[in-house]
Amino acid sequence: MFSTLRGRIVVILAVLAVSIWQLYSRGLKQGLDLQGGMHLALEVDDPQGTLTAEAKADAIDRAERIIRTRVDELGVEEPLIQKVGSDRLVVQLAGIDDEDRAKNILNQAAFLQFKLVLSTTKIAASLPRIDRAILAALGPEELRRLGADTAQAAGVPAGGRTVEELLFGSDTSGAVPDTGAADTAAPAEDTLPAPSSRPFTALLNAGDVEGTYLVATEDVPAMERFLSVREVLRALPRDVSLHFESQPIGVSARTYRRLYVLEREPFMTGEDLENAIAARDPQFNQSQVQFELTRTGGRRFSQFTGQHIGDFLAIVLDDEVMSAPVIRERIGNRGQIDLAGAPLEEAHDLALVLRAGALPVPLTVVEERTVGPSLGQDSIRQGTIAGLIGLVGVLAIMMGFYKMAGVLAVLALGVYVIIMLGALAGLGATLTLPGIAGFILSVGMAVDSNVLIFERIREELDAGRASRTAVDEGFSHALSAIVDSNLTTLITALILFQFGTGPVRGFAVTLSIGIMASFFSAIYVTRTLFLIYLSRRRASDPVSI
Amino acid sequence: MRFFQHANYPFFEQRRKAYVVSGAIILAGITAMTVNVFTIGSWLNYGVDFTGGTLVQVEFTQPTTAGDVRAAFGGTDAIAVTRFGEGNAFVIRLPLEEEATVEEVSDRVEEQLAEAYGGDSFTVERTELVGPTVGEELQRKALLAILLSFALTLVYLAIRFELRFGMAAVIATIHDIVLTLSFIAIFRIEMLLPTIAAILTIVGYSLNDTIVVFDRIRENMHAKGARKLEQVTLIDRSLNETLPRTIMTSLSTLGTLLALLILGPVVLRDFSLIMFLGVILGTYSSLWIASPALIEIQRRWGLGTEAERPKRARAEHATV
Repeated sequence: MFSTLRGRIVVILAVLAVSIWQLYSRGLKQGLDLQGGMHLALEVDDPQGTLTAEAKADAIDRAERIIRTRVDELGVEEPLIQKVGSDRLVVQLAGIDDEDRAKNILNQAAFLQFKLVLSTTKIAASLPRIDRAILAALGPEELRRLGADTAQAAGVPAGGRTVEELLFGSDTSGAVPDTGAADTAAPAEDTLPAPSSRPFTALLNAGDVEGTYLVATEDVPAMERFLSVREVLRALPRDVSLHFESQPIGVSARTYRRLYVLEREPFMTGEDLENAIAARDPQFNQSQVQFELTRTGGRRFSQFTGQHIGDFLAIVLDDEVMSAPVIRERIGNRGQIDLAGAPLEEAHDLALVLRAGALPVPLTVVEERTVGPSLGQDSIRQGTIAGLIGLVGVLAIMMGFYKMAGVLAVLALGVYVIIMLGALAGLGATLTLPGIAGFILSVGMAVDSNVLIFERIREELDAGRASRTAVDEGFSHALSAIVDSNLTTLITALILFQFGTGPVRGFAVTLSIGIMASFFSAIYVTRTLFLIYLSRRRASDPVSI
Repeated sequence: MRFFQHANYPFFEQRRKAYVVSGAIILAGITAMTVNVFTIGSWLNYGVDFTGGTLVQVEFTQPTTAGDVRAAFGGTDAIAVTRFGEGNAFVIRLPLEEEATVEEVSDRVEEQLAEAYGGDSFTVERTELVGPTVGEELQRKALLAILLSFALTLVYLAIRFELRFGMAAVIATIHDIVLTLSFIAIFRIEMLLPTIAAILTIVGYSLNDTIVVFDRIRENMHAKGARKLEQVTLIDRSLNETLPRTIMTSLSTLGTLLALLILGPVVLRDFSLIMFLGVILGTYSSLWIASPALIEIQRRWGLGTEAERPKRARAEHATV
């Protein structure tokens, strides 16, 4: 049925109908560069390179599920969340208007921990050892650089007595336990070592609440750097960890961040969360996230708080202390995280990520592209105009050069364009700018196939063949050139698809579909149109070409 | 309407002139690359996709100049500011920094602009942040894609035609890539993902052109009386016979690209420019580089000898 004229027309109409139906029912998806939106590529954050490839792949697998949940809750239409290779996650969100917020929601680890606040005396004995560890681990060069930022803070802080005064000044014996001769080779009352020989303790000021030190805001980067040194962590007592509070506090015209001394092991984590909702505290008009624990989690929470009435409980989110209220009574399965003066939206976002669950590992953004919607619309409008003018020009040339045959070719190209759009819609491919370029290029190739055939027919006519024979010969002789040239281009397009990312891939998809559609259009549709045209004429009539 | 109907150009004879033209362009390209190394630090103008870094496109409400925008960042050389299109939009490019993440860099851009111009006087239309690993990976993949497409083309043409056809096509393709890279170096076109796509499209286009000619050569080789003909005559005749189609296709493709170049969005401008040059290049190389290379290969390595031809001819007919 594919070779009789009637069969051919049926096939073409069927293909057209399917294409139009696909185009109508599914529509064309526009890429981010056309409608605006955000493209993010995330990888496991592993600066030390300690994770194995399998561990990363596994972490990405789990992160994908968490991020999918978060994106669903964010309410973005048709998001694309895709693993690329074994260690990268690509997230595409179309029509996002607040990129920073979206990024925050995706990228936040949201690792919630509940830890007991300890007394600062827990680490007092370790302080000299930490100082020495820093001096040994960081070269004088880096220390000087870190020191330069904190120069003005190295003097006597305005907020209170220095730690040394606390520890070694009035009452040395209580603060320095028996940790061996080396550690207790404490300085005499009036000869404290210079700040440069105790980089760590020089930054610590006496805390205002139990279990905290105060660190001047400008010293925080240096302190964070110190706390990232492995030797420093080793010098701390085994069951202790140090965490900054998320918000700074002001003490007599200066700002500080509290550094909490906490139990290293959390007695509970976000895994035991059943639900979390944002709310506004009516009493202080503050944003907060109220959470509810699972049954087992609630039981554990209640038991623990019952044993620690009067102690402080730190709620730690992504290694920063959100708040550390005192435990006044046994707490059941409900609690809240106070967000101070943060807007309610932030509370909503935090509640969202807590509900979706914590990322198994921290992720880092390795690639981010955002396009504003207006830019995309301008681009698509200009691209469409240019494409249409180019297309019209080509069609005019075809009709001018090849007369009636040119008109047939233009009809075949019309069929081609519909098939092409239908196929793109059917495959759910997104139309990007490079995609439009690939589309225009494949129109060029479709035209080329027709030109090849027509030139061949002309040659056959020149050689003195009758109209119908010349057309048949023209098609069959042009076939091998069309097959070979289309196939080699297809090979290139497939390789591009395999190795390309993002826009290049979109280009490869449209080009591949375009080549196949153009092959069908030139070989089958143009041929059929020619057969219709010839069937209405006598064999001896000249062909208009 | 018809043209080049009875063309009879001695393409093979002219090949030496073409070698000189190609050589001159490559030489100019190498010179431009050398100049680029000294002025911009790399032989091609690699964009953020390759080097990693931050690109921020900003549209201002008030007219301003690239110099003023740069001044907002303290006027360092590390930051490149270029006008985007004709409007009041600027593209600001910042290099990777050792300590800061790409996000921190882009946040800083907005802060510094807000400081200099006021927070409401601009909108960020586009940001692209690319980490270092992504750029390296891209370079590796692009190279791999090109090499792989060489290999597959060679194999395909060796099966469908003869080995020497494959070799000639690959030589012509390498020629096209080198010349395109020369143009890219001379015009300092920014190397981005779409640029790679454009180069690979040129490869595809040029290959397409070459194969149409090769197809005619193959056909003429197997025609009656072909054995008596000189190889040179045969190839020149094939080139002249396909000349109307070559010109027609090139012109219509160039027309579309010209529309895209002049009227199309600025985002596609570099892409269109490379494609435009590439189509001219592809046509040129099919006429004066690829087909003469066929004969040069035969003369040098004796591939596709007279004795072999009749046998292959029969085999070929069976497959076509």
